[in-house]
Amino acid sequence: MAKHKTPLLDELEKGPWPSFVSDIKREAESRAKNEKGVEYQIPVDVCDDLLGVLELSYNDGETHWKHGGIVGVFGYGGGVIGRYCDQPEQFPGVAHFHTVRVNQPSGLYYTTEFLNQLSDLWELRGSGLTNMHGSTGDIVWLGTTTPQLEEIFYELTHNLDTDLGGSGSNLRTPACCLGMSRCEFACIDAQAICHDFTNEFQDFLHRPAFPYKFKFKFDGCPNGCVASIARSDLSFIGLWKDNIRIDQKAVKAYIGGEIPPNGGAHAGRDWGKFDIQKEIIALCPTQCMWMEGDTLKINDKECNHCMHCINAMPRALRIGEDTGCAMLLGAKAPILDGAQMGTLVVPFIKCEAPYTEIKDLIEKLFEFWMEEGKNRERVGETMKRVGLYKILQVLEVEVDARVVQEPRTNPYIFWKEEEVPGGWDRQIADYRSRHKM
Amino acid sequence: MAFISSGYDPKQPMKNRITDIGPKHYEQFLPPVIKKNYGKWLYHEILEPGILMHKAESGDEVYTIRVGSPRLMGIQTIREMCEIADKHCGGHLRWTTRNNVEFMVDSKDKVAPLKEDLLSRKHTGGSYKFPIGGTGAGMTNIIHTQGWVHCHTAATDASGTVKAVMDDLFEEFTQMRLPAQLRVSMACCVNMCGAVHCSDIGFVGYHRKPPIIDHNVLDQICEVPLAVSACPTAAIRPTKVDMPDGTKVNSVAIKQERCMFCGNCYTMCPALPLSDGAGGDGLIIMVGGKVSNRISNPKFSKVVVDFVPNEPPRWPTLVKKVRQIVDAYSKGAHKYERLGEWAERIGWERFFEVCDLEFTWHLIDDFRDPAYETWRQTTNFKF
Repeated sequence: MAKHKTPLLDELEKGPWPSFVSDIKREAESRAKNEKGVEYQIPVDVCDDLLGVLELSYNDGETHWKHGGIVGVFGYGGGVIGRYCDQPEQFPGVAHFHTVRVNQPSGLYYTTEFLNQLSDLWELRGSGLTNMHGSTGDIVWLGTTTPQLEEIFYELTHNLDTDLGGSGSNLRTPACCLGMSRCEFACIDAQAICHDFTNEFQDFLHRPAFPYKFKFKFDGCPNGCVASIARSDLSFIGLWKDNIRIDQKAVKAYIGGEIPPNGGAHAGRDWGKFDIQKEIIALCPTQCMWMEGDTLKINDKECNHCMHCINAMPRALRIGEDTGCAMLLGAKAPILDGAQMGTLVVPFIKCEAPYTEIKDLIEKLFEFWMEEGKNRERVGETMKRVGLYKILQVLEVEVDARVVQEPRTNPYIFWKEEEVPGGWDRQIADYRSRHKM
Repeated sequence: MAFISSGYDPKQPMKNRITDIGPKHYEQFLPPVIKKNYGKWLYHEILEPGILMHKAESGDEVYTIRVGSPRLMGIQTIREMCEIADKHCGGHLRWTTRNNVEFMVDSKDKVAPLKEDLLSRKHTGGSYKFPIGGTGAGMTNIIHTQGWVHCHTAATDASGTVKAVMDDLFEEFTQMRLPAQLRVSMACCVNMCGAVHCSDIGFVGYHRKPPIIDHNVLDQICEVPLAVSACPTAAIRPTKVDMPDGTKVNSVAIKQERCMFCGNCYTMCPALPLSDGAGGDGLIIMVGGKVSNRISNPKFSKVVVDFVPNEPPRWPTLVKKVRQIVDAYSKGAHKYERLGEWAERIGWERFFEVCDLEFTWHLIDDFRDPAYETWRQTTNFKF
């Protein structure tokens, strides 16, 4: 028997999409029955009270979580999001309802053995509710009490060989697409570099030392399956520099209708017979493709590697073999100065372990931003304030036309004094000798 | 309940403490066929909605079945997934970057039994536990946030709005009949945790009333300069306030006509709450963003609906407006054309017409210098 009446939430058990309400109720029932005899370390009815407080929010249209909450584990400055209900008498089961961020394996592959171990721990010491996964990538454990935090951390590190993720003004948990594990487009080993960088920068991840948060994301190609260009302060996107590999026999098979375009992604509607001219050549953003007889040609020098032709004919076209990544800086959500996507700062860099060259760039960037960034200023905003050129100087990378979409339109151009013959120290008397007042 | 120690000694907190070990290495979780063919994939096919096949140079194949998930889930459901993965997939499974779940098998004959098993499982309320889909030119899962389940700055609920919209568009999840993939995201306030600012369709909780200032406690619980600098429109200034009991306190003053209700000052200062269930809070709808570089550059999404009310539990106005946009896009766009590319091609004036959305003054940008760039400096427009 449910503890609280939830007529509004009950409506969300209907419909075909997996119902989070049914899922929470399932967890509530499991805890109430406790068939395994678990010594629950937080209130048994935590899930019932979560539904109760959520129903209250549905009734009055306002959140019932108190502002903020500062909790954590010794040695770290982040990893746990503290939260307290603003109606603790009515819903004591969620009086404390802290979230624990658990660092996920790169690419989000799991064995059932590991997931079951995680579940056993969270069932004992938490609500049993999770987010799989948080937007940044963490396994999110939703709801526990303060005294359990150290216990959870002890078991995580000692028994499950797993650490917390990041929160606060620090390096947040890096994430990647599934990369080379199951994708023929991967230009970089996104999982390997993500794992490597997460370990390399553990100190920055666990102990806030930055002006504000900072995120890394790694995309294997410009398709952006982990959305690094929009959702990470420093975005790594795999690319190739040489030629797209063409299998002309497969091109003919696409033209002949033997292979559906785009891997069959449009199979649910009749779009007519595949037309390579219309669907590939005419849509190429740089117009660098053409047919010579029944042979597909690409002027690779003019290709901007947008992925369209490869996406549309994955069996005929493959990425090149000289691969690396581009680095883009400064993506962020709107607060404070407006949303930003990553700005290209390094057009191409090799991406092979131990990634020394890239790590050198990151250290230069961190050193600059930790010194110059204002309180709660994302690096994208710092870049807007000091200018892109300053960032290129800090990184000691070449100024290159690739870093702009277009040159400036205003003529408000700064020069350094040493760039100008004669410098800036001039005498008015000298000027007056040529120009009367 | 009896307290069970993990072995942690609160009297000696730093004893036996393990730190900075990071995540488990991904390699130990890869299914054998994935591990063997890592970095050696040749091509892929979508066999049917929700089912992918990847072919390796070795000739090996891996079949992936993608299922939807509410993201917020209990461990009973995770354990059920594990049971399925043990039965069909050698104990391996993975999640996607849009919070779908993928079950992989190494031969085609293992696909049908897995598919049948997944679709047979339903919650007691009737919803699918593991609906198959989310591939190709269809709609996939909605990236979303905490909402009233866990966050203190939320202006709407995340899980509820997402469930309502996914129910309505469920057929787009299980089919591939759109011009291109449709990415929908949700955020419960304008912090936009997640992907709203860069999605084909995004809906965002937002406020329409300035904060209520709790002068009684503000100076004690807030760093006033942080609250002042939190405001994008400089509507907040420090001030002294005469309290009814005759005392004078340090606090802030908010110029209400300069406040656009972003809530960032509340993030910094607990004495400035602004949520309002009495008609103030609701959602905006944004469209036309994308993160891929395919054909066109990545785009931000743009605000096209200035307000839909919070209508728990099923948000019918929100659901209806999203549906209008999806239907118009599905009807009007060319093959491969993302929603933002379509809207830009036909012109935003036509977008509003074909989606039957009202264009109001709230949709005209007025935030600092870049606003000018969004106005129309040309006579090229459609009647």
